[in-house]
Amino acid sequence: MSDMAATRDGYGQALLELADNPKVVVLEADLGKSTKSLHFKNKYPARTVSCGIGEQNMLLTAAGLASSGYIPFASTFAIFTERAFEQMRNGVARPNLAVHLCGSHGGTHTGTDGSSAQSIEDLAIYRTLPNVVVMHPSDYVSTLELTKQLPELNKPSYMRTARNKTPVMYSGRESEIVIGKGITLRQGTDVAIIACGVLVSESMKAAEMLAEKGINATVVDMHTLKPLDGALIDSLVSQCGAIVTAEDHNVIGGLGGAVAEHLVTNKYAPLEMVGVADRFGESGQSDEMLEVMKLNSKYIEQAAQRAIARKS
Amino acid sequence: MTLSISELEEFARKCRVEIVKMVYRAQAGHPGGSLSEIDLISALYATRMRVRPDEPKWEDRDRFILSKGHASPGMYAVLAEMGFIDHEDLHSYRVLGGKCQGHVDMKWCPGVDFSAGSLGMGLSFGLGCAVAARLENSERRTFVMIGDGEIEEGSVWEAAMAAAHHEVGNLKVILDRNRIQNDDFCEAQMRMFDIPAKWRAFGWEVKEIDGHNMEEVMSGLDFLEATNDKPAILIAHTIKGAGVSFMENNPSFHGAAPNDDQFAQAMAELGEVIV
Repeated sequence: MSDMAATRDGYGQALLELADNPKVVVLEADLGKSTKSLHFKNKYPARTVSCGIGEQNMLLTAAGLASSGYIPFASTFAIFTERAFEQMRNGVARPNLAVHLCGSHGGTHTGTDGSSAQSIEDLAIYRTLPNVVVMHPSDYVSTLELTKQLPELNKPSYMRTARNKTPVMYSGRESEIVIGKGITLRQGTDVAIIACGVLVSESMKAAEMLAEKGINATVVDMHTLKPLDGALIDSLVSQCGAIVTAEDHNVIGGLGGAVAEHLVTNKYAPLEMVGVADRFGESGQSDEMLEVMKLNSKYIEQAAQRAIARKS
Repeated sequence: MTLSISELEEFARKCRVEIVKMVYRAQAGHPGGSLSEIDLISALYATRMRVRPDEPKWEDRDRFILSKGHASPGMYAVLAEMGFIDHEDLHSYRVLGGKCQGHVDMKWCPGVDFSAGSLGMGLSFGLGCAVAARLENSERRTFVMIGDGEIEEGSVWEAAMAAAHHEVGNLKVILDRNRIQNDDFCEAQMRMFDIPAKWRAFGWEVKEIDGHNMEEVMSGLDFLEATNDKPAILIAHTIKGAGVSFMENNPSFHGAAPNDDQFAQAMAELGEVIV
């Protein structure tokens, strides 16, 4: 078993590593201990703006800082970023100010806090905003690397991180991690599984289960949902002819939606979507939630079989 | 810039004429709140703002955030008078491709530092600008104009609380207390009770003035400039539609354009000869 670490810790570490840039500032809304921005705050209190429990003010204070040449990193729970959606839309995305918003504790994997804390729609809503780059990395290392690339982006971004630990997959492979480029973790020709976040490791397990049955699956970590790596998807269609998407997010509008939009306007292949079936979650352990929401490796494997069966 | 009181009044009168012309030409827009704020913005720009009209992105410029961004004709008129844009540009108000978008927009108009249009956002944005100035040890100030109806937005109070907590003394707010919002008088829509007491309770320095008396406006701006240890708010009592009799205190002219006869009357009242 590989090392385990939470992506939110990768975010917190990245902020520390970015601190040499004096323009990097951090904003919190009373959840720095949870999103892991607290490490930056402890070391650089003068460059941290605590906004209390006020997400709307946080987003626009960040926008004002960005308009003045700073590089603001604002974070709270994914679900609470949504409270400031219109601020993100009108105050950040519209004037294209490079505010970097991180929503931690995304998805039903968040667990026992229950449905109020389990954002299943964040990726969908931010994907609809012009200028905004949307990411959901799968492990500690990729979260660290992607976050460190944000100051060069010069446009706003939203990144979802997870509360709970997931396998560390990219140690020593840091150079492969680039915003906007999907990463092929495993090569096969029967079906391609495109996943993001906590379901990337579940997809790798599913691929192993498929291999035992003689089915060879490609697995792609699509850590960036927007801009979507369409060239990679086109090549997967040619190579495999059947696609599965896997995400801890509503099947409406997230990774599955993004891939579906691409497929129907480009080279087409049958698509099966593993995701939250347009319902709210409940309190449960992470592994229990992936089971009850039908998101774990078993369901990804089943979806792969269905996609293959639909090949013409 | 040093202007006498009478010169400031003339500056504002010319802006009033442009406000009415813009809204008349577009047959849309927000004359009432533009006319209520105009004496304040005129005096602010003409006598206080450290800006360079020929270098609108000058790094150490003072920032002015028009949070009640629907009252854009007032700001456009002042920007034209100051030389940020040409008077000809005022013809682009609400016109496709124009600098003068319906609501002030930093992506479209030189001299505009905030993309407005949604109420309750400018104070937080200004707070960010002010924090940035402090981080850089810059002397630049951030002035934010908000409306009285706007303070019904809860996020205004998030910003008010945060600005006082962080003792952001380079943040200076003007509240255009014109007593009318979109649908009706504020008192009918949402009673405001003691506005100065609310801001004081949030930790702000507060002063009230008559926002159409230029001498009081100047002393109010003195107050804002002199308060540097905590955020300050100037509550300016104004008249919606001030200067055009049939628009004054008339909720119908929050967001409506004058017809031909009304336009002629307004120009006459503002001392403008139409040839």
